[in-house]
Amino acid sequence: MRSSRHLVLVALAAVALAVGVVQGTAGAGESGGAGDTTSGTSQADLVAAGEQLFLTSCISCHGVDGVGTPNGPPLTAAGEANADFMLRTGRMPMASSDVQPPDKPVAYTDTEIRQLVAYVGSLGDGPPIPQLDLDAADVTNGGQLFRANCAPCHNASGIGGALSYGRHAPSLQETGLEQVAEAMRVGPGQMPRFGPDVLTDQEVNDIVAYVDYLQNPDDPGGLNLGYTGPVAEGFVALVIGLGALMLVIRWITRERRAAGAREGAPDA
Amino acid sequence: MTATDATEPGTGPADDTSTDVAPAHRHPKAHQRAGRLGRWIDSRTGIARVGRGALNKVFPNHWSFLLGEIALYSFVVLLLTGIYLTLFFDADSTGMTTYDGSYGPMQGVQVSEAYNSALEISFDVKGGLLVRQIHHWAALVFVGAIVLHLCRVFFTGAFRRPRELNWVVGCTLFMLAVVNGFAGYSLLDDQLSGTGLRIGYSVLISIPVIGPWLGSLIFGGNFPGDDVIARLYPIHILVVPLLIIAMLTVHLTVLIRHKHTHFPGKGARDDNVVGERLWPTYVFKAGALFFCVFGALALLGGIAQINPVWLYGPFRAEDVSSASQPDWYMGWLEGALRLMPGWETRIAGFTIPNPFYAGVVPAAIVFGGLYAWPWIERRVTKDHAEHHVLDRPRDVPWRTAIGVGVLAFTGVLGFAGSDDVLVVTFGLSVNQAVWFFRVALFALPVISGFVAYRLCIELQRRDGPPPLPTVPVPDTETDGSAGTQDPALVGDAGGGQRHDGSDPADA
Repeated sequence: MRSSRHLVLVALAAVALAVGVVQGTAGAGESGGAGDTTSGTSQADLVAAGEQLFLTSCISCHGVDGVGTPNGPPLTAAGEANADFMLRTGRMPMASSDVQPPDKPVAYTDTEIRQLVAYVGSLGDGPPIPQLDLDAADVTNGGQLFRANCAPCHNASGIGGALSYGRHAPSLQETGLEQVAEAMRVGPGQMPRFGPDVLTDQEVNDIVAYVDYLQNPDDPGGLNLGYTGPVAEGFVALVIGLGALMLVIRWITRERRAAGAREGAPDA
Repeated sequence: MTATDATEPGTGPADDTSTDVAPAHRHPKAHQRAGRLGRWIDSRTGIARVGRGALNKVFPNHWSFLLGEIALYSFVVLLLTGIYLTLFFDADSTGMTTYDGSYGPMQGVQVSEAYNSALEISFDVKGGLLVRQIHHWAALVFVGAIVLHLCRVFFTGAFRRPRELNWVVGCTLFMLAVVNGFAGYSLLDDQLSGTGLRIGYSVLISIPVIGPWLGSLIFGGNFPGDDVIARLYPIHILVVPLLIIAMLTVHLTVLIRHKHTHFPGKGARDDNVVGERLWPTYVFKAGALFFCVFGALALLGGIAQINPVWLYGPFRAEDVSSASQPDWYMGWLEGALRLMPGWETRIAGFTIPNPFYAGVVPAAIVFGGLYAWPWIERRVTKDHAEHHVLDRPRDVPWRTAIGVGVLAFTGVLGFAGSDDVLVVTFGLSVNQAVWFFRVALFALPVISGFVAYRLCIELQRRDGPPPLPTVPVPDTETDGSAGTQDPALVGDAGGGQRHDGSDPADA
């Protein structure tokens, strides 16, 4: 029964895709379709195209209709935010079932991601993609919230940090701001989920604005040394600072050693 | 000759623009005035004799003898920059204010006066951030140079009689430097330093019997306490610096009294010093080194950001950041806390908390061992003789091996203290890293000590039969190899400088 429904879905999707292709090539796109030549852009079209992609790439782990398999979690409550986060950070598709899926180059085009996101969103009532408005954000408040909620794992400078058993809180220095917001709403991996009852939409917006600042802070002190704090500072002080001074004292005492060598006297 | 002239008041050239054949007498009035002033001072202080003696001091020429000087000059930089910072810093961690300085992302945040003034120094005081950064870099280099100097003294046996006192003074200086570094970076009341104080408090109250009392004394109650920063401030800017200055004075006075040690070779004996006179050669070398140290620290302070407290945020007891590390010289103590298994002991109804074993015991053993080393070694060697010619590290393999082992031990602890940063950088597991470091903590000192021992033996073999450095060479002037020596190189020309501190001219 399940396989028959599967077949029906495949057939439907194939039809939908075909319709989309025909529409696209005919140049008769729906409103909002901006130069998209492979599919339609209505929500239904996106879902249908996304399902097609899902069937070819995701179903082996996430199962039919995203109900999950032993190899992959169900996506029925994942929501658009989760799918968008996973796909746009390159965490999905996974290369191997590692301790923690690493972020890597994104596998899909922007259109494909929108299609997959729409499909996963249609599977249940998971969190939607948060809407950001950095112009309306309070960076100062975001900084305080960041230091209280995010810095314990991601570090006060957003460089990430170690968790137990090889897992780690990733650096936020290169992460897309939408994905930062999505991660808060979704709680991927070890990260706690910060739902609307914990952080309001405005607070998420503020935190993202502070992450935006952390990705390119002022650094009035000069070279930032990777923001690794006293570890890098100790390395620089001992290897570069003290190292240079060691060369200086070698240099200061060099003349006499050379003179001694000329005179054939044993070197001290 | 130059040295004598330079200390003789009034006999030096009074006006070097003069082209007269007798320049000293060209301006008799100026000359006489300078001479009178010099005699006036000398007759009241006896400075000429002291100065002549000091400027004639012979200092051996070896790079490793300048490590302590790097520390000394870093300390001078610390004093100079520290004075500037005290003009603007406010050590009040309880009074709260709303930050309204130039740093945008912090505007409107309730912060302590201490943190507020740290941000003010960093963003609104002219040159404040530069001076703050030079001060912090200087502190890191200061302790680093002390450790290198300590290693040089240890591996060359320079702590042997009669220098045990200076060894003890040096160990105290090392400890004072570490304490003052910790006190200094704890003042700013930022999140990172507050985390450090939190750890320090836990270690402090873990000391049996007196711990909780000490904690209350220093912190003014339970952590975070109201008083800790207000108490650390005078300790950091007054008490410890004065102690360091006093200890430095003793350190250098005893050094001058004993005269410097030297390596074997070039006619070096236990009763002479081979090197360069303080004036002019050594004074210029030391002066140049001071400016190089100041320059290097200013460069670091100018181009490399250190301790960006504006990113760490104001201290809140409920907040913490990952990758919170102390400055490097505290790293080995942090590492000990991280590697220690979660054991606790109860003796006669008293709990000895876990941090005591990791935070107090290793520090006590390492510093206790350092202080006691000259006497430990004497028990083994039964060597009670005075030594002014240094050992080369290879010549005393067992001491070298122990030193390398202790360095490996503290080094493993230091790396363990930054294990979370290391595992993220290299994509490893922090749990595996902890076990790796636990094994390495005991294996690496043994292995590296053994390797060092074998290397020493091998180097000795390569040297052939050892020279006899402590046997006095009967006549260095007519000796074939030493006959070409520049007299300025040998401090004992004409009787020379004796290591007992007396001048042969006095006898």
